[in-house]
Amino acid sequence: MASRDEIFDKVKGALVEALGVDEDEVSPSATMVGDLGAESIDFLDIVFRLEKAFGIKIQRGELFPEDVLSSTEFVTNGKVNEAGLNELKTRMPFIDLAKFEANPSVQNFPNTLTVEDMVRYVESKLAA
Amino acid sequence: MRWFWIDRFDEFVRGKRATAIKNVSLAEEHLHDHFPGAALMPNSLVVEGMAQTAGLLVAEAIDYNRRVVLAKVAAAEFHFDAVPGDTLVFKAEVLDLKASGSLTKVTSTVGDRLQGEAELFFAHLEPGEGVPKLFEPPELLQWLDQMHIYDVGRDEAGQPLVRPDW
Repeated sequence: MASRDEIFDKVKGALVEALGVDEDEVSPSATMVGDLGAESIDFLDIVFRLEKAFGIKIQRGELFPEDVLSSTEFVTNGKVNEAGLNELKTRMPFIDLAKFEANPSVQNFPNTLTVEDMVRYVESKLAA
Repeated sequence: MRWFWIDRFDEFVRGKRATAIKNVSLAEEHLHDHFPGAALMPNSLVVEGMAQTAGLLVAEAIDYNRRVVLAKVAAAEFHFDAVPGDTLVFKAEVLDLKASGSLTKVTSTVGDRLQGEAELFFAHLEPGEGVPKLFEPPELLQWLDQMHIYDVGRDEAGQPLVRPDW
C-alpha cells in the first residue's frame, strides 16, 4: 500500500500534466477549480491519468457528482438540500464538506474539491 | 463545406496508430493572407490536422458509435513553421482508449525534421450530451473513402478493415 506522500506525489504529477500548472501550485489545500483552474473536461483527463497512475477504476460521477447537482430531488432554489448533502456525504466521503455546508449553493460546489480530497479519494480506492 | 486538414492516410492500425499526410500548397486561400509574401501554415491548423488523424483513429476503434470531439490539447510544441511545398506527416498513437474518452499523442514531421508534437484528448459523447450530430453516415463514409482508410486500414490481427455498410 502506497504511503500518503507517495499518493500525493503521483496525484500532483497527474494534475501538473492535466492542468499545466507548476508543481508548487499543487498544495494539499489548493482547490481544483478555483486555485488550479480545472474545467469540467479536465476532470475526464484527470480521471484517465489517475486510473493509469494507480491502476484503479473510477466510475463516472465519482469525482464530480453532476447528477446530484442538477437533480430537482437534491437541489432546492439553487442550493443543495439536506437530502442532497447526505447523498454527497455518502457518495464522496473523502470530501470535507464543512465549508460547503455553510452555504451549499450549487455554484459553490466546484470550489469545494481540494487536492487533499483527491489524495483521500485515491487512498480510499486503493484500500477498497 | 468541411474542413479537411489531412489529404490521405498511409497507415491505419485499428485502435493503435495511424499515419496521415497533409500537403501544404499555396493554392490554399488562407495562406494568401497568412502572411502576404511569407505564407506559412498556422500551427492551430496543424493541430486540426493532427486531431483529424487521431480522431478518426479512435472513432473507428469504437465503431463510430459516439461523437468524438477534440476536448483538450493537453500539451503542444512546435519547432518550425510549415510552408507551401512541405508535406506534413502526422503520426498518431493511441495512449489510452475508454468508452468516455481517449488520450492520443501525435507528431508532425517534414522529411526527417520534427515540426510539432501534441497530446490530444478526445471526449466520446453520446447523443444528447450537447453536441449536434457531426456527420450523416453516407457523408462520413465518403470522407473515409477519400482518406483511403479502407485501402490501408488493418485490424489488430493484420486483416483488412471491414468497410461499414452504410
